[in-house]
Amino acid sequence: MAKVLVVTSGKGGVGKTTSSAALGAALAQNGQKVVVIDFDVGLRNLDLVMGAERRVVFDLINVVQGDAKLNQALIRDKRLENLSLLPASQTRDKDALTDEGVARVLTELREKFDWIICDSPAGIERGATMAMRHADVAVVVTNPEVSSVRDSDRIIGLLDSKTEKAEKGDRMEKHLLLTRYDPARAERGEMLKVEDVLEILSIPLIGIIPESEEVLRASNVGSPVTLNNPASAPGRAYFDAARRLKGETVELTIPTERRGLFGKLFGRRAA
Amino acid sequence: MALVLAPEVPLRDWLEDLDAVSERSPGFFAGRPIIVDVSSLKPSKSELKFLLAALRMRDIRIIGLEGAAAACVDPDMPAPVNGGKPAGEIDVPDAAQAAMAAVAPFQHAAAPEKSLLIEGSVRSGQSILHPDGDVTVLGSVASGAEIVAGGSIHVYGTLRGRAIAGCTGNGRARIFCRKFEAELIAVDGLYKTADDLGTKFHGQAIQVNLDGDTIILKTMD
Repeated sequence: MAKVLVVTSGKGGVGKTTSSAALGAALAQNGQKVVVIDFDVGLRNLDLVMGAERRVVFDLINVVQGDAKLNQALIRDKRLENLSLLPASQTRDKDALTDEGVARVLTELREKFDWIICDSPAGIERGATMAMRHADVAVVVTNPEVSSVRDSDRIIGLLDSKTEKAEKGDRMEKHLLLTRYDPARAERGEMLKVEDVLEILSIPLIGIIPESEEVLRASNVGSPVTLNNPASAPGRAYFDAARRLKGETVELTIPTERRGLFGKLFGRRAA
Repeated sequence: MALVLAPEVPLRDWLEDLDAVSERSPGFFAGRPIIVDVSSLKPSKSELKFLLAALRMRDIRIIGLEGAAAACVDPDMPAPVNGGKPAGEIDVPDAAQAAMAAVAPFQHAAAPEKSLLIEGSVRSGQSILHPDGDVTVLGSVASGAEIVAGGSIHVYGTLRGRAIAGCTGNGRARIFCRKFEAELIAVDGLYKTADDLGTKFHGQAIQVNLDGDTIILKTMD
C-alpha cells in the first residue's frame, strides 16, 4: 500500500528539501520504491540537492497540465535504481498547480511506488496546501528555535483542517523531525531543548538530526546525506527516522560525530 | 490558421504514427484548431464515427470535418468545412516521420521576422517567449531560466539555463553563446539535456545547429 508523505514546516530554510532527499534515499536503500516530488514551483531546489539538475526535461507542471506523461518527467536516480525524482518547474508559479491535476498525478504514482514524498515549499499558500492536501503521513521539520516552532504549530493546524484526510474526518498521522539540533547549545540554553519543542507541538518525535557540516557538504555535491555519507551523524539519524517511518521501533538517540584521534585528545584536554 | 489531419488507410498504422508524434512532442495537438480531412479516406458512417472516437480518446479536439459525404455526417459531429487553402506542412519534431501526417496550416500568416534584444541578464525562473524571430541576450541566462525563440538564440554572456530555438518548426534556427553551461538546448523540438552532452563543451563558446535529426555542437574558436 503506497503512502503519500508530505515534508512540511511553514518556515523556510529549516531543512525540508534536505530531509525529503535524505529520507527518500534512506527508504530507497532499505529496498522501498520511492519518488520524491518537488512542490516548490518557481523556486525549485530538490533537483540540485539530488544531483539531477542536468537531466530535467519535463516537470510536475507539464504532467499536471497534461503536456507530458508521467514517465517522461520522472528522473531515475543514477545511484539508487528505486529512487526517482519528479522536479518542479522553475519558470511557472504555484497557481499552475490544480487540485485535480495533483490528485491525478498522485493516483498514478501510488500504483508505481511504495513511498511518495512531497517536498513542500515554505509558507502556507497554494504550493504548501497542494503538497499536503492528499497526504497520508506528515513529517513536520522544525528547528529548535521559537519562530520555527510557532510556524510548525500553524502548519500542524492546517494538516488537521485543510487536508483531504482531515475533511473526511480521519486523523492525519504527524511526526516531528527536529533538525539542526546542537545538544551542547541546547544544554547552555542557547537553543530550545527537545522537551520544550515536544511540549509545544505535542506530536510524536521521529528523529533528531544534529547540526553538521556534512549536510551542507552533501547538498553542494548534489547527493542526499544518507547516500553521500551514510555513516555521518546526520546520515545515521535520517536512517533511524526512515526506519521509524516504516513502523520499526528504534531507540531514539542523538547521533554525534565520531571524533578522530585529535578531536578526542583535544576534547579531553579541554574538559 | 488551422491544422489539418489527413488520415490514411490502413487507419491503424496512421493512428500509431499519430501516437508517436504525441509521444515525442506532448502538447503538440493541445490548444490547436484541428480539421480532419477525410477526402482521401472516403469513410462510411461507422468508419467515420470510429475515427472521431479514436481522436477524441487522444484528446484531439476537432473543429471541422472536410471531405466527408453529407449522408455520413451526424449533427453531433464536427461541422463540415471546405475551401481551405493548404499552406505547407508543419514540421513535427522528427522530420523523418513528418511526411506521415499531412499536417498543414490552412493559411500562412506571414509573420514579420523580428528580433528581440535583452540588454541585461535573464534571471532564474524568467521565461522569454518570442516565437516571431531571434532573441539576443547581452547578459547571461541563469540556471532555471529559459529562452524560447521562433528563430535563433544569441547569448553574449553565459548560457546556464534552457535555450529552445526554432520553436515554431524552424529547423534552420541556431543557438550561439559565448560560454556554454546550458541545462537544456533544443532546436525545432529536438532536445538534449546537459547530461546527454557531457562536459566536452562546458565553458566554451559554441554554436548549436541541426543536421537532419541530429543536434550538432561546435566550438566557435
